[in-house]
Amino acid sequence: MEDEKRERLLVVGGGVVIGVIAALLVYLGNPGNMGFCIACFMRDTAGALGLHSAKAVQYVRPEVIGLILGGMAMALYRKEFSPKGGSAPVTRFALGFFAMIGALMFLGCPFRMILRLAGGDLNAIFGIVGFVAGILCGVFFLNRGYSLARTHKLGGAEGYVMPAIVVTLLVLLVAAPEFIHFTEAGEGPGAKHAVIAVSLAAGLVVGAIAQRTRLCMVGGIRDMVLFRQSRLLEGFVAVFAAALVTNLVLNAVMGGGYFKLGFAEQPVAHTDGLWNALGTFLLGYACVLLGGCPLRQTILSGEGNSDSAITILGLAAGAAFAHNFGLASSGKGPTAAGMVAVVVGILVVTLIAVVNSSSAKSGK
Amino acid sequence: MMTVDARGLSCPEPVVLTRDALHASPEGCEVLVDSPAPRENVLRFAASQGCQVSSEELEDGSWRLVLSR
Repeated sequence: MEDEKRERLLVVGGGVVIGVIAALLVYLGNPGNMGFCIACFMRDTAGALGLHSAKAVQYVRPEVIGLILGGMAMALYRKEFSPKGGSAPVTRFALGFFAMIGALMFLGCPFRMILRLAGGDLNAIFGIVGFVAGILCGVFFLNRGYSLARTHKLGGAEGYVMPAIVVTLLVLLVAAPEFIHFTEAGEGPGAKHAVIAVSLAAGLVVGAIAQRTRLCMVGGIRDMVLFRQSRLLEGFVAVFAAALVTNLVLNAVMGGGYFKLGFAEQPVAHTDGLWNALGTFLLGYACVLLGGCPLRQTILSGEGNSDSAITILGLAAGAAFAHNFGLASSGKGPTAAGMVAVVVGILVVTLIAVVNSSSAKSGK
Repeated sequence: MMTVDARGLSCPEPVVLTRDALHASPEGCEVLVDSPAPRENVLRFAASQGCQVSSEELEDGSWRLVLSR
């Protein structure tokens, strides 16, 4: 059981490093409680490319680029890089799309949900309640034979497409920023960011750790419910604890700004508990059916997994639609159109779960 | 012995199928997986269920895990 002990230490240690880096990124310029947020960062990146025109949230986030390249580097190093795909790609795109609709109702992916709580934002508690409920719904269908068919090995080049896309984004950001839309200073969260090299380095480190530990915010709760296995959940708790302590230290040293306990006036958040919970319900539900949270999908897309790459594109499309059609919440609260979209999303995800489940199915 | 073919399935399906197979035939089962994460997950689950496991890498790069107790 020595291996098991070592693995646990690795997951918890990795979680601690990730939590500290996430909190420090806010100190270094990122928006409040947003050291990392796959949903927000995909949304900002979609905006930077002109896929939506919400001027407050446009920036190519180097953290995402780093996550994919860091995940790829670690996978190559461990000989785990393996181009594969072909498991219900359009269904996965749709699940990614609606996962984003849920995330932008709540204003954060599961990773940011933890970081929001670590910054004292108690609205995240409603988020966690909805998230767990959504995961339980997904688990219900997993126990009834839910499956999106098998992936197959693909040609070598396929696995490098997603990394190539993000390298192109990085080149654009560094060498040709005139092609990118940027939020003007003071005009919204898109203008708040650490310098490119720092964001990229943080993404690379976190990406490598997340690949090595297979950290997944959805997997933590799912595996606990399904198999009583706490390994991933411990990583999740470690991220929270480390970010909380780092926030408290920053708060003490800087005289505030990094931890505020309460519901009102939290950074990039609203106080509508019901819709926070319904947003994360949709998010957790869709992510269980995808097999992992947006962070995990991002890492897998760097390991050569085309299904995850399609999911990431679905997330980006969801973000673009969310802002083009006024579905995303803002600090003022959710929108009526966003509420409709979340309800539609829950129905669509349920339909996907039902038609892909068969209690008669088995692996024989 | 039951065989679970979990090749190409996403998490947590390989473990769900392994769990169901162990439920149907408690003495053990054989599981085929083709990537490292499901392999680790099935091995971890097998250990938690008190199974002895032998792991054999096949020619096509997948693994045959034999769980017994």
